[in-house]
Amino acid sequence: MIPEDLRYTKEHEWVRLSNGVGEVGITHFAQDQLGDIVFVELPPVGTRLEANKRFGTVESVKTVSDLFAPCNGEVVAINTRLNSDGDDFQPELINQDPYGGGWMIKVKVDNPDEVTALLDARAYGELAKS
Amino acid sequence: MNYIPHTARDQQKMLQAVGLSTPADLFGYLPDAVKLGRPLALSPGLSEHDLLRHLESLASKNKLATRGSFLGAGAYHHYSPSVVDTVLSRSEFLTAYTPYQPEVSQGTLQAIFEFQTMICELTGMEAANASVYDGSNATVESVLMALNTTNRSRVLVSRGVHPHTREVLKTYLAAHAVTVEELPLEDGRTVLAKVGEDAAAVLIQNPNFLGLVEDTPALMEKARAAGALGIVSVADPVSLALLKPPGACGADIAAGEAAPLGLPPSYGGPYVGFMACKKQYLRRLPGRLAGMTVDSAGRRTFCLTLQAREQHIRREKAASNICTNQGLCALAVTCYLALVGPQGLREAALTCLSLAESFKKRVAEIPGYRVLFSSPSFHEVAVACPVSPVELNRKLAERGILGGYPLVCEFPEIENGMLFCFTEVNGAAELDNLLCDLAALGRTLEAARG
Amino acid sequence: MDRLEATLFEKSSPGRRGCHPPSGGVALVDPVAVLGAELVRETPPALPELGELQVLRHFMRLSQLNFSIDTNFYPLGSCTMKYNPRVNEVTARMPGFARLHPMQPMEAAQGALELMHNLQNDLQEITGMDGFTLQPAAGAHGELTALFMAAAYFRDRGEKRTRVVVPDSSHGTNPASAALAGFEVITIPTNAAGDVDLEQLKQHLNNEVACLMLTNPSTLGLFEQHIVEVARLVHEAGGLLYYDGANMNALLGVARPGDMGFDLVHLNLHKTMSTPHGGGGPGAGPVGARGALVDYLPGPRSARQGEGFTFETPSKSIGRVRMFWGNFLVLVRAYTYIRHHGPEGLREVAEGAVMAANYLRARVKDAFDMPYDRLCMHEFVLSARTMKEKKGVRAMDVAKRLLDYGFHAPTVYFPLCVEEALMIEPTETETLETLDSFAEALLKIAQEDVALVTTAPHTTPVGRADEARAARKPILRWEGEAP
Repeated sequence: MIPEDLRYTKEHEWVRLSNGVGEVGITHFAQDQLGDIVFVELPPVGTRLEANKRFGTVESVKTVSDLFAPCNGEVVAINTRLNSDGDDFQPELINQDPYGGGWMIKVKVDNPDEVTALLDARAYGELAKS
Repeated sequence: MNYIPHTARDQQKMLQAVGLSTPADLFGYLPDAVKLGRPLALSPGLSEHDLLRHLESLASKNKLATRGSFLGAGAYHHYSPSVVDTVLSRSEFLTAYTPYQPEVSQGTLQAIFEFQTMICELTGMEAANASVYDGSNATVESVLMALNTTNRSRVLVSRGVHPHTREVLKTYLAAHAVTVEELPLEDGRTVLAKVGEDAAAVLIQNPNFLGLVEDTPALMEKARAAGALGIVSVADPVSLALLKPPGACGADIAAGEAAPLGLPPSYGGPYVGFMACKKQYLRRLPGRLAGMTVDSAGRRTFCLTLQAREQHIRREKAASNICTNQGLCALAVTCYLALVGPQGLREAALTCLSLAESFKKRVAEIPGYRVLFSSPSFHEVAVACPVSPVELNRKLAERGILGGYPLVCEFPEIENGMLFCFTEVNGAAELDNLLCDLAALGRTLEAARG
Repeated sequence: MDRLEATLFEKSSPGRRGCHPPSGGVALVDPVAVLGAELVRETPPALPELGELQVLRHFMRLSQLNFSIDTNFYPLGSCTMKYNPRVNEVTARMPGFARLHPMQPMEAAQGALELMHNLQNDLQEITGMDGFTLQPAAGAHGELTALFMAAAYFRDRGEKRTRVVVPDSSHGTNPASAALAGFEVITIPTNAAGDVDLEQLKQHLNNEVACLMLTNPSTLGLFEQHIVEVARLVHEAGGLLYYDGANMNALLGVARPGDMGFDLVHLNLHKTMSTPHGGGGPGAGPVGARGALVDYLPGPRSARQGEGFTFETPSKSIGRVRMFWGNFLVLVRAYTYIRHHGPEGLREVAEGAVMAANYLRARVKDAFDMPYDRLCMHEFVLSARTMKEKKGVRAMDVAKRLLDYGFHAPTVYFPLCVEEALMIEPTETETLETLDSFAEALLKIAQEDVALVTTAPHTTPVGRADEARAARKPILRWEGEAP
């Protein structure tokens, strides 16, 4: 259920690090708690992210949550299918495929060690259980 | 007196169920320091009969015009068909709560959806909300939207915006580091020399407080070029049947007062503010929104939507603190517009314009009176009178006429300025009477003074 | 697509009409000639075109799709859905009130000013305050008004107080209003007994806190037991205490915010004074103030002048918060209500409301979790936590199933500090028989087949709405049949 190859934050974001770029989304547990996702607010490409600081919001029908940056870095891509201006707007991807099609942003990370220092799958699994 | 159906036996049964013996026991645990310990010092309760007498006597101390009212200044009297109040009196609309349970609120929700559609049609905008408190609050909320959208902190506000609305704006912005710059008027219309790069919004009213039709397309274009949001406030949406709508003028947000569409003057409230905007600003729009969807069986269903913008979910991060809308007043507007339709609304607007034009020509022929501005106007005309408008109004009142609005407080530089309003309920005969009385009173008062 | 009632736009037929406005008997001008082509509308608005009977029938049929107080019991917590007396509708429609123009000279509106003055005085006495404004149009508007006043008050005193404290049980409008008034919001938890956590409060009180916003009784339906202590702590720290009057129905003639130490108050006349909710407004949210704060009230307000009345603006007024004077016809209704009841009647309202809530609570407490098991005020909060854990039945399901029994749903998932909350406020105007049948429905639902409850409602005009679809692809206006 919790992919082994990702790193996690206490705020339920995941990061997939590859070649200094981290793909970021929210976990299956988080989307399940939120329910039907209807809107995502993401920063424009080029935005500087500061670790643990808010970078966007995710809205379900009846609640809204902040998204927190897992590390320092710069936004190099956002998932345009989560952008409400587009014709192929599909926020439900976060519910249906949180670790795949539901990714939110790609970040060029300042220091990959920050990512590897985040929770691993087992530690996150413990957190989500409690 | 009260409306409580509990008999002594009922009371006993209810108290026993919780182990108490008297109603006072229900409050026994309250700290003594906060218990009132005496009856409230209010007048004794009245039976319904006496109550009606008391309220009648208060109502009769208010003097209504018997030979015509020419007072507008933000509250406009139009004809409202009998069906409107029949619908408003309907229990299922009157005594329903906010439609949070769509399964048992389809009536209210569909009516809001129809209201939103009509407001979009009138204003030429893409999205409208379910209404807010009144025209001034709708306008001020639009400015807040612009501040949030642009992250800028300067707003340009025309002096032609209703003085009450400008005061409300000042109250709301006092807590924020926002500069409000007043745009002056020339021949009664807004002058916008330079917007500047840090402006969040350009706010005008159309027709403006002095009744004049602004060059809205040009003003909106200047706002757009400077990256500011163009906001048009509308005090009487009947005008929108004739005037180029804010959307077609390039405005980003249209806001205003919808009460003239079906509601009585009501001494100023409850009224109903409307807000409409371009689609791109939809998520910054405050207040409730009704949307169309399907139910579990695939039937067309309406529900409140995009609720995550609102205070009950977002709390301190909400787009606005607005909770209530003016549901019943918005229903009146929807019902009114359905009854008059596009033809009826146009006819009403055209009658307003025609009466005002006729007044303009004829009042200028009376010695001592002068039409103040040459700019085009809709249904209000600002006139310089030969004597004090307050005095003039007193004399008109003796003849059963409610005169215009004296401009002395808001425009002290205009000597003896008075704003007259004409709508389809006045008619040619009332206009003739008014002109006749103005001529006579002008002469007498001037003679008395001279 | 199947639908209950076509929209006005689908019923429209070009050329049909329902009303002819008065013609005015005036020669009509050509708008293009008068205004110039560039300022004139090119295409008419696409408003629907219907006959009068068609319009009337449309709205009558829509009305029949609604629940309302006049047709159904509405135990909606914190909303005080009591009977809306019809005499109030009669007085609000008296021509001397309804046809009165807001800009009429004051001497021609003395009855309105007198009524407003009387109402200000009555509300002062009911709440123990020194002055009132009738301008705010709703509760949230009243909150904002009071917070603007607090901000101005501290500005004048040269104090930089930037924070507002709210309990986690507060209405969402409290933090939203505080933020809009420019304050930073601090949320403090509720303790196990349902009261403000005094230790937490002490920790957060300092010379940066402008105000504590409190609802008493709280949204848990509980009287704040340490209110005197809370007031002392807030005042010692130099702050102000704000009373959210949403639940004032419980305390009419019993206890007054002013005597509890509150400095600022708003009332919801559409709750406590029973003016109709109208499917979401209009309401009225007058604000009261004590002591030095009276000078900061919005103006103008009605004041005595010789034998008559006039409008006056307080010396340090924050200014207007709306056009004209207030939701006047709502004020007429509230005044009618207060004058009908008198002091005894109002106290009986509080007693009746609190009695009904406690009775109902005692009847249903065994079937649900009762997070705060003590005497309640005019409402109480149940939790469906165990039901959710054991059977997968959630508070929302219980609420929806109640609709099948002809009862409006209670407030659910509020306050936020109670899991699976169901907040029930019966009000004083329901008979014992109604309370009993509601209790029986709740007890029965607790035993019913899970699938029956989780798919409810079954007897309403429509079933559960697909709210996710509505929010993902918002359709907010008629643009022809949806795809």
